[in-house]
Amino acid sequence: MTPPCTPDFAGVQSGQTGPFIDSRGRPCPLPVIDLARAIAAAQPGQRVTLLADDPGAATDIPAWCRMRGQQLVDVQEYEDHSAYVVERTA
Amino acid sequence: MYLDVASAAPWHPRALAAFSQVAEGFPGDPGRVHESGRRASDLLERARGAVAEELGGAPEGVVFTGGGTESIHLAVVGTAMVNRTRPRRIISSAVEHSAVLAAADRAAALYDHEHVVVGVDLDGRVRTEHLAELLAEGGAALVNVQHANHEVGTLQPLSAVARLCRQADALLHVDACQTAGRIDVDLGELGADYLSISAAKFGGGRGTGALLTSPRARLAAVTTGDERERHRRAGLQNLPGIAALAETLATLRPRSVSGEAAKRATVTDQVRRHLRTQLPGLVADLAIHGPTEETLPHILAFSALYVEGQALVSALDSQGFEVHSGSSCATTSGEPSHVLVAMHALTHGHVRVSFDDRFTLTDSEAFMRALARAVTTERARVQI
Repeated sequence: MTPPCTPDFAGVQSGQTGPFIDSRGRPCPLPVIDLARAIAAAQPGQRVTLLADDPGAATDIPAWCRMRGQQLVDVQEYEDHSAYVVERTA
Repeated sequence: MYLDVASAAPWHPRALAAFSQVAEGFPGDPGRVHESGRRASDLLERARGAVAEELGGAPEGVVFTGGGTESIHLAVVGTAMVNRTRPRRIISSAVEHSAVLAAADRAAALYDHEHVVVGVDLDGRVRTEHLAELLAEGGAALVNVQHANHEVGTLQPLSAVARLCRQADALLHVDACQTAGRIDVDLGELGADYLSISAAKFGGGRGTGALLTSPRARLAAVTTGDERERHRRAGLQNLPGIAALAETLATLRPRSVSGEAAKRATVTDQVRRHLRTQLPGLVADLAIHGPTEETLPHILAFSALYVEGQALVSALDSQGFEVHSGSSCATTSGEPSHVLVAMHALTHGHVRVSFDDRFTLTDSEAFMRALARAVTTERARVQI
């Protein structure tokens, strides 16, 4: 499995580049706050990749996307963290 | 204001009175044949009869325990221990109280059963179609589905669950700790084989509970050493606690539409609905958990984006409002509430309020203002 910190990962492959946010080691609710800031700064259609290892992130990131009308494109699980790809909607 | 009755309800005045009267007046061991023993035994059996009457079971099916958790373990582990004829499988809803899940994990490990968890919908209701599939494919010895959820209040679709269990010849254990003494709970009408209750959850005291069993229930004692409670639970019975539990149930009369329990439920439900409708207008980015209808009258849970549940609990506590949070920062395990996770609900910034009829509409307005201030302060701190 291609690790997330390389240019081959999802967002770059699709041609829609976007930032990586490394929120590993940050406890809830910081990963969601990091994501919210990154999406606010992104263009519609742009994708953001966030890494998190907080146990609540797996539930809270999808919940945030639902509450804020944003698109959770992909979730990749690794040994000690997960990567969430979120696309800013219009 | 104490808004955590779902963790521990204040003692009903009748519970306190019964407890001290019996502690003082009935010192004997109900298992003995002397005068003190016979008086104690008579009292014990009267209490047993009263509990059976309030909760729809037979007196001989009532086992007194040290609380809801013990009742749950007796039902689940006790059944697995003697299961010879049914499939070696226990099915639990994903939103059961942790005592149920822990008991089922223990039963699985110690007595060679499989423990399977069945998911819930976004309101926290068990997915009955998934339960039906599980039962059809392999059956079960025991199915655990609570009467209503302790964290968000959702009432479970028990008549559908009971029908599925009956068809599959699986025993049904209903954790009624949050409903006994509050709404009508009837072992037979629910179609349950086991009903676990806790005095501490309805104001009937502390350290006392009961397990009601149907005639077809089959279990062995988890706590052994004597023949008490018809060989289902050893240990000198806590007579003052049992009297308090029974007296409180009989006073609350949850089966009666004009009883004390029903009146309290009407009042608390009004406040719950008021909170539910007003909160979203007062606090932005707030998700209220569970359905508006088909839910317990005395519980409301919600999560606020971008804030820590523990910080809200502390801020509210300093304003005189005592609440509970299931956010990972607030739990002893460091994991978020498994109920919220199963419901795909926002786990951070979570607060559960649970209250009795002393929490008025005016009080609820003051609470909402305090909550709004706390959320604003916390969001300002992280600048979002």
